[in-house]
Parts: sequence; C-alpha cells; structure tokens
Amino acid sequence: MSDSDGGEPTMEAYRYPDGSITYPGHPIGPDGEEPVGTVDLSEHTAEIVTWTTSTATPPGVREPNALAVVEFDVDGEPVRAIGQLATDDNPEEIDVEIGDEVRPVYAEELREPGAGIREPASQEWDGFRFEPV
Amino acid sequence: MERVAIVGASMTRFGKREGEWIRDLLAEAGRACLDDAGVTPDEVEHLYVSNMASGEFEGQTGVPNALAHDLAAVPAYTARIDQTSSSGGAGVYAAWQSVASGASDMTLLVGGEKMTHRSTAEATDVIASLTHPVEYKHGVTLPSFAGLTARLYLHEYDAPRESLGKVAVKNHRNGVDNPHAQFRKEVDLETVLESPIIADPLRLYDFCPITDGSAALMLCPESVAREYADEYAVIAGIGGATDTHVVHERADPTTMRGVVESSEIAYEMADLEPEDVDVAELHDMFTILEFLQSEDLGFFEKGEGWKAVEEGITDRDGELPINTSGGLKSKGHPLGASGVAQVYEIYEQLTGDAGARQVEADVGLACNVGGFGNCVTTTIMEASE
Repeated sequence: MSDSDGGEPTMEAYRYPDGSITYPGHPIGPDGEEPVGTVDLSEHTAEIVTWTTSTATPPGVREPNALAVVEFDVDGEPVRAIGQLATDDNPEEIDVEIGDEVRPVYAEELREPGAGIREPASQEWDGFRFEPV
Repeated sequence: MERVAIVGASMTRFGKREGEWIRDLLAEAGRACLDDAGVTPDEVEHLYVSNMASGEFEGQTGVPNALAHDLAAVPAYTARIDQTSSSGGAGVYAAWQSVASGASDMTLLVGGEKMTHRSTAEATDVIASLTHPVEYKHGVTLPSFAGLTARLYLHEYDAPRESLGKVAVKNHRNGVDNPHAQFRKEVDLETVLESPIIADPLRLYDFCPITDGSAALMLCPESVAREYADEYAVIAGIGGATDTHVVHERADPTTMRGVVESSEIAYEMADLEPEDVDVAELHDMFTILEFLQSEDLGFFEKGEGWKAVEEGITDRDGELPINTSGGLKSKGHPLGASGVAQVYEIYEQLTGDAGARQVEADVGLACNVGGFGNCVTTTIMEASE
C-alpha cells in the first residue's frame, strides 16, 4: 500500500512477531499475531516469480496490462507482491523473464477510479509498478 | 448424521439465453428438478439458491424468495449462497448440511447466473471485484491469475505449452455429446494454440466462456430415497476450505491449498482414497486449473497432471475420465450454476443416465473452485446399491 500523507510514497509491508512480512499488511499476520512494524519495499529490488500480459482488461485498465508477481528479499525474509510491469509493449514482445530483477516505480493512478464496479472511495488507486533493472 | 441422497437433478441449456433472466433460468431448472424427483413444491422444506452476483449483473436481488414464490414452494425456508465461482459447490454443502443435520427432509438446491447481456469487460470486472484492493487497483483479473500461474507451472515442471491446449481439445470433444453444453463443437490443437492471447501463455481457447444457465438438485435422507427414485446417488463425503484472499501470498502458487484441504475432509468422510474415484468433474475455468486440481486432489503427483492429459488417462475412455460433461470449458460457466452442474454430471454418471457420455463409475468427485482457489468445495458421491 502506498502512503502519500505528506512524504514520499512508500510501498508498505507489515512485519510480524515471527519475522514474516506480508504485502499488503494485514491486521493479523500468518502467525496469528498483530504486526510489530513496517518495511518500505520501494527501497528494495525484487525478482520476477512469474508474469503475464492480459489483453482482455476490465473498464479503466490499460490494454494490454502486463503484470508480475515478484519476490523481495528483506534481510533474508522473502515477501511477494503483485503489480503492473512498467511497460506498455506489445504483448508478444514483452522483454522480461522469470528471475529478472525489477525495482518498484511509483504511479499516481494505476487504473481509472470509478470506471469499474468498485466504489472509488473504498480503496486507493496509486501504487508501484515494477520496472526491469 | 443422516446419509444424504440426491434423488433428482436438472439443468437448463447453458449458453446465451436471450430474453431470459435470472428468475426465468432458476425457475426452469427448479421446475425440471421437481419433476425429475417426483416431488411436489409443498414437500420442499429448504430451498437454497447458489448465485454470485444477480444484483451486480442484473439489478435483481432477493432471488431465493422470488424462486420460492415462482415454484409455489412458499413457505419453505430459503437462502442465497454466494461463494463467487464456487457458489454452486457451497450450495451443495449447505443443502447436504440441511438434510444431514435433520433440519430438512427435502431440500431443493438451484444454482444459476445470467451474464451474457454484459460485455466481456464488464463481466470480467464483476468477477474481478472479488480480489483484494492491492490486486484490483493493478487491473488483476481471474484470467490474469491463470496466465501468471500457467507460466510458472510450465517453467517449474518442464511441461509443454501444448499440454494445456490438449485439456481444451479433450473437454470440447466431451462437450459435443452434452445436449446442455454451450459449445458442442470439437477444436483441434492448432486452433487452440493459434487463438488470440488473453493472458499469455494462455489463449482464448484456454478459457471458459461467459454463460447464462441454471442447474438444480433434490436432496433427502437416504432412508426415504427409494420412495422417489429407483437409482439415486449418495453424498458420501463433502469438504469445504479456503485459501488466502491475496493470491500471491501463497507459499506455492501452483498448489491450491483449498483443494487439498477440502478433498482431505471429503475423502475421510467417505472413507475413500483418490484411487477409488472413477470419474471427476473439475473446475476448468482455465485449462491450467485442471492440472492443479488433478494433482491437489491426489489423482497425480505434483507437476505430473499434464502428463496424464498427454497420455490420455483423463480421456472419456481413459483410466480416470475428467470432465465428461465438457467441463466449464465447453459446457459454459454460469457462475452460481457451475458447481451444481458438476454434481449433476456426476449424478447422471452414477445413475447411468449420461447417454453418449456414460462411463463405468460407482464413485464420482466434483471439485468447485471460487476465485483463484480462494474457496473450494469437494464432493464425493457414490451410486446407490
């Protein structure tokens, strides 16, 4: 989740008592305990776990929409995230591979709020895309 | 706990049902099921409706009460079961529970969805609204989860892209003999592999269509089943489970923990093993899902589901026929109806009424998946003795 309340946007993950980290953060972690801290993933690079390019996109979403699941290594603790790839290339020519390194890049609006079924005020619409390093 | 029998079943034609809406579709299947079971509306004590999104698709809410009225089943207790794409399976669970607990001696379950009046983009968005906000804002859809998982599966298990295409070819071939199926047309592998990219590496023919349709089941205690049917099926085991809402948080993206957990519960209740299953209906909303479920249900080792398709093991005349109905892929996927229609197919197989699709089977399994494995119901059925 990005946090734009005055400072630089952050990609905030939660850390839990057992050392695990999740993105997004949850009120209760995998260990059943409340979070004890946060980690800004935007300061880290990640590896592509898998990726796709979606050509049948919903209202308000770019077409094609290249997406990736990536994995950060935060001091030895793995944490995954999903997000758009910072590319608008032809889906036949997306130049990434599983295992490639990417870095988070902030975008003010990832899809058009209100174009789809979800109530615009119910969630944030900014966030981080992943750009190949 | 009462053993629960299915003594009647029905399904409408799946496909584009111009001018017919959710109430019409539910009533059509409901009436046909009452006729099939030889049950009068006043005998129905509980009436469950499996439906994901009639409000979002059509602006019609309150469908359980509407259906009770339309079937003249008032004052039956009624409720809507929404568990996204697994609403049907969850409805089977609720209906089974109502009879097994003794709360109802005659339960009608009707699942249905009206979707085709919406554009593909709109329908995709309604379904994608089940995702977590961090997924939704990136435009993540269920088809994109399938593309992400398929790429990883092919990479991890050294599976050829063609093996996914062969799932589509097999299920379309099965659908030819299903009079209720949306597509009754064979496709060849070349057509599948050259169809437009939807979420690469997956292409158009790796995906189920958008569909209107309804299906229904009648359940009662096995102790009275013979009063209604000479041949019936028994729900020998049933289990439901969930996985994380945020899909990328799963330790192994190629394992659906909800399938593993729900099937373990169902196998234990039925006192059966995966090897005992003679025929299965799996939730092939996307071709990759047939591999994942066939492995997570214990039919094949992890990473080897694709080999079973390549070797013809899951063909209709194979050792373990999977999706004799044509699956969601060919039959269609009216969200709330699909899990009910899966059990309908197993019921037809176990009672010897599957016609050209008939296989030899005493034990059948249906696995209905909601979201991208977020919610799952696995049902194991046995033929009556």
